[in-house]
Amino acid sequence: MADKRTLTFVLMDPPFENARTTTALRLIDLAVKRGWNVNVFAYEGAVYVAFAKQTPHENKVHGHDLAAEDHPNTKEWVAAILAQAERTGAKVDWVQCGLCVDERGAGECIPGLRRGSPADLVAFTEASDNVLVIATK
Amino acid sequence: MPKKILQVVESAFRATLEEQDDTVVWLTLAMRGAGGEFGVLLRGNAVNTAVRGQDPSGLAFGDRALRHHTDLAEDITRLIGKGVRVSVVAEDLAERGLRTEDLVAGLETIPRAALPDLFEKFDQVWHW
Repeated sequence: MADKRTLTFVLMDPPFENARTTTALRLIDLAVKRGWNVNVFAYEGAVYVAFAKQTPHENKVHGHDLAAEDHPNTKEWVAAILAQAERTGAKVDWVQCGLCVDERGAGECIPGLRRGSPADLVAFTEASDNVLVIATK
Repeated sequence: MPKKILQVVESAFRATLEEQDDTVVWLTLAMRGAGGEFGVLLRGNAVNTAVRGQDPSGLAFGDRALRHHTDLAEDITRLIGKGVRVSVVAEDLAERGLRTEDLVAGLETIPRAALPDLFEKFDQVWHW
């Protein structure tokens, strides 16, 4: 595909804290829908975006039980993006910063991701058409 | 030749105590070690990163003390020693009552008006 591009996203925020995580996932999702290759370097709190132990909850304030609330965790969204990539032919290479994972005890991530280091971000940068940093503010 | 990246650091002292580093300065040092080419621009509150004589030692919670406190100025010096061009926005220094002589050696102080020319020297600009 002539216009098949490769984008790298650097994420820094933990999930559920602000809208930047949602924005990042929307951009990644759109790129994957277009069949573009996407690299993600999950840095600092962003290693929790795909943390496997995230658990959905009911919402009594809204009168929702667990099923009605259908609370989407970010790990499910990441898994959905990976599944979408299978369908569109996009390659998603999602790297969890290993030191960030260790200091947070966040080693359990969903399948399809890998542990890495800043050297992976160097390689991503060289192999990408562009890099977008979405940093904690 | 690797792509040249300008790291624009604007948020100061972001998690520096628990990380014992500035997250972006650390990342730049690590990526530089892996072969990347970088410049660093300190702007806004992040100009304080380069001030000499900072001493955040002594933090302890109960009997758990922080053994290795952050030394941001030393990390900036290390960056410069590794061939990374580190720039500081002159107006951001002045607004905070800082002078160039308050900073570690080897920094470049540039006016805001010169930022577009600085950006042009890099393939990508990453704003943290």
